[in-house]
Amino acid sequence: MTEPPAETAIGAVDLHKTYKSPRGDVPAVRGIDLDVRPGEFFGLLGPNGAGKSTTIGMLTTLVVPTSGSARVCGFDVTRQSVEVKRRIGMVSQNNTLDTDLSAFENLEFRGRYFGMSGRDARRRADELLEMFNLTDRRGAEPMEMSGGQAKRLMICRALVHRPEVLFLDEPTAGLDPQTRVNLWEVLRELQKDGQTIVLTTHYMEEAEALCDRVAVVDHGRILASGTVEELKGSAGADTVLTVAYDGPVPDDVSGLRDRDGISKVELSDGQVRVFAHEPDGLLGELVALGSSAGVSVTDASQLRPSLETVFLTLTGREYRE
Amino acid sequence: MSSTAEVLAAPPAVRPTVPRTFLAMMAREVRVMRKNFLSTFVRVLAQPVMFVFVFAYVLPKIGGGMAGQGGATFSTILVPGLVGSSIMMQAMMAVIFPLMMELTWQRSITDRALAPIPVPLLAIQKISAAALQGLIGGLLVFPAVLFIHADGQAPTVHVSNWPVFIVVMLSGALLSAAGGLLLGTLINPQKAQVLFALILMPITMLGCVYYPWEALDSVRWLQIVSLFNPLVYLSEGLRAALTPDVGHMPVWAFLLALVGGTIALTWFATRTFTKRVLT
Repeated sequence: MTEPPAETAIGAVDLHKTYKSPRGDVPAVRGIDLDVRPGEFFGLLGPNGAGKSTTIGMLTTLVVPTSGSARVCGFDVTRQSVEVKRRIGMVSQNNTLDTDLSAFENLEFRGRYFGMSGRDARRRADELLEMFNLTDRRGAEPMEMSGGQAKRLMICRALVHRPEVLFLDEPTAGLDPQTRVNLWEVLRELQKDGQTIVLTTHYMEEAEALCDRVAVVDHGRILASGTVEELKGSAGADTVLTVAYDGPVPDDVSGLRDRDGISKVELSDGQVRVFAHEPDGLLGELVALGSSAGVSVTDASQLRPSLETVFLTLTGREYRE
Repeated sequence: MSSTAEVLAAPPAVRPTVPRTFLAMMAREVRVMRKNFLSTFVRVLAQPVMFVFVFAYVLPKIGGGMAGQGGATFSTILVPGLVGSSIMMQAMMAVIFPLMMELTWQRSITDRALAPIPVPLLAIQKISAAALQGLIGGLLVFPAVLFIHADGQAPTVHVSNWPVFIVVMLSGALLSAAGGLLLGTLINPQKAQVLFALILMPITMLGCVYYPWEALDSVRWLQIVSLFNPLVYLSEGLRAALTPDVGHMPVWAFLLALVGGTIALTWFATRTFTKRVLT
């Protein structure tokens, strides 16, 4: 088996994870390769259940790979897990704050777990609380904090020991839009200062807004990876046109498949989805095809070029939120 | 949000070593204990205080007092028993309840699991912290059971053998904490009620807390079944160290059970814990 290169921030080769359960084996990750460079903002994009969290779990040493290997900051995640943990910070999806400690103490003890003296740890905790506008919540218990505050505190906690790589698993899931945008701002600032960041998300716009490079993940595999621009260009279609009829889809619609500029036509019950490149006039044509077959259009949408179209072209199905 | 440059600036000299991390985690436990001292104090004391109050004060006063064995007062029997059961219950609960929360719901164990320490050592840390709480529980109960009694019902207690006393206290607390960690990793939190009814209740009621093991000669089957109860060895060990005049189990027997049990349960609990944390 080949070893991942040591000089990258994260290198993973053919990572697999299969969970054993009484009802049989559940494959969560089925062969993932990764190569994240220092200073990069890398996104794992995919629907719920795609295997993103399991992948992050393996990179942060808490999930043991079934096969394959991964190195973080040059250290093997299974054989040198303590060395890896010293160099990473992790913001998990759930609120994993220590509920027996106040906001301040959560940071103070994180610092001490990472070898700081009591005084350094307390100074560092105050510095971070101020930086993230949490000073007035210093003595609050994690249970008393709002979702956005708790998430910010978790980011502080992940930064206490100045990790080389910061992992964020669905950092903005369940947050209100304003908090989400604030958080994006924080992450951009961190990256500007050289922080290597790996983020998982199921929000297209989040990946587009933040990430230098993205890997689209589904069913435990990477479907495509590259910069957002590369991915958009590689999809072969820049627009996805979805039309719903009030009856069966007219037969003639399947004929569109052979036309230039159309890469895929998907039919389902009363609905058609066309993946196209510069689809001028296509919508009108679909309406006309309908009326000549005696059905009318009840709903139509046209997705503009975005990661979402890439995702749909790659997976050919509705995005599961 | 100002610039993050400072946040990422060169850190103060940090040398995370495994022993430092371990000690920092113990310091966290002490901080939490200090915060919860009053509620812990009340919780630990309520049951034994009520017990000695009824059995060593009220009952003798109204003429229904129970005689101990061989001329010893009932309170003399109770001192080692109640101290032992307090150590065991406090140590077990100190690990079981937080663990049930940490391993389920939000899986907040991640907080500690990401600290730079091997996961099996995190299990050892949990056992040590819970054992410490068990010892504190036992020490808190001491004065209560020594001083609450009716006239003429005073317990006759003195530490007759310090080394045995210390080994029994420490290994009893560690054994209980390791057992708690094992149960906490194996039992589904929804079944916590069952844990109480089927495990903790029989352990305390039949743990030779209220009578010495030797007195069970007349109920031979129970005497034998009791040997599967770890609290029996802790109560009997404390009896040997504190009230040697009351008949007790041979020293080799309870030391073997306590020390051997501690090693076996720690090994086993460390494995089950690691399996639960690393998926």
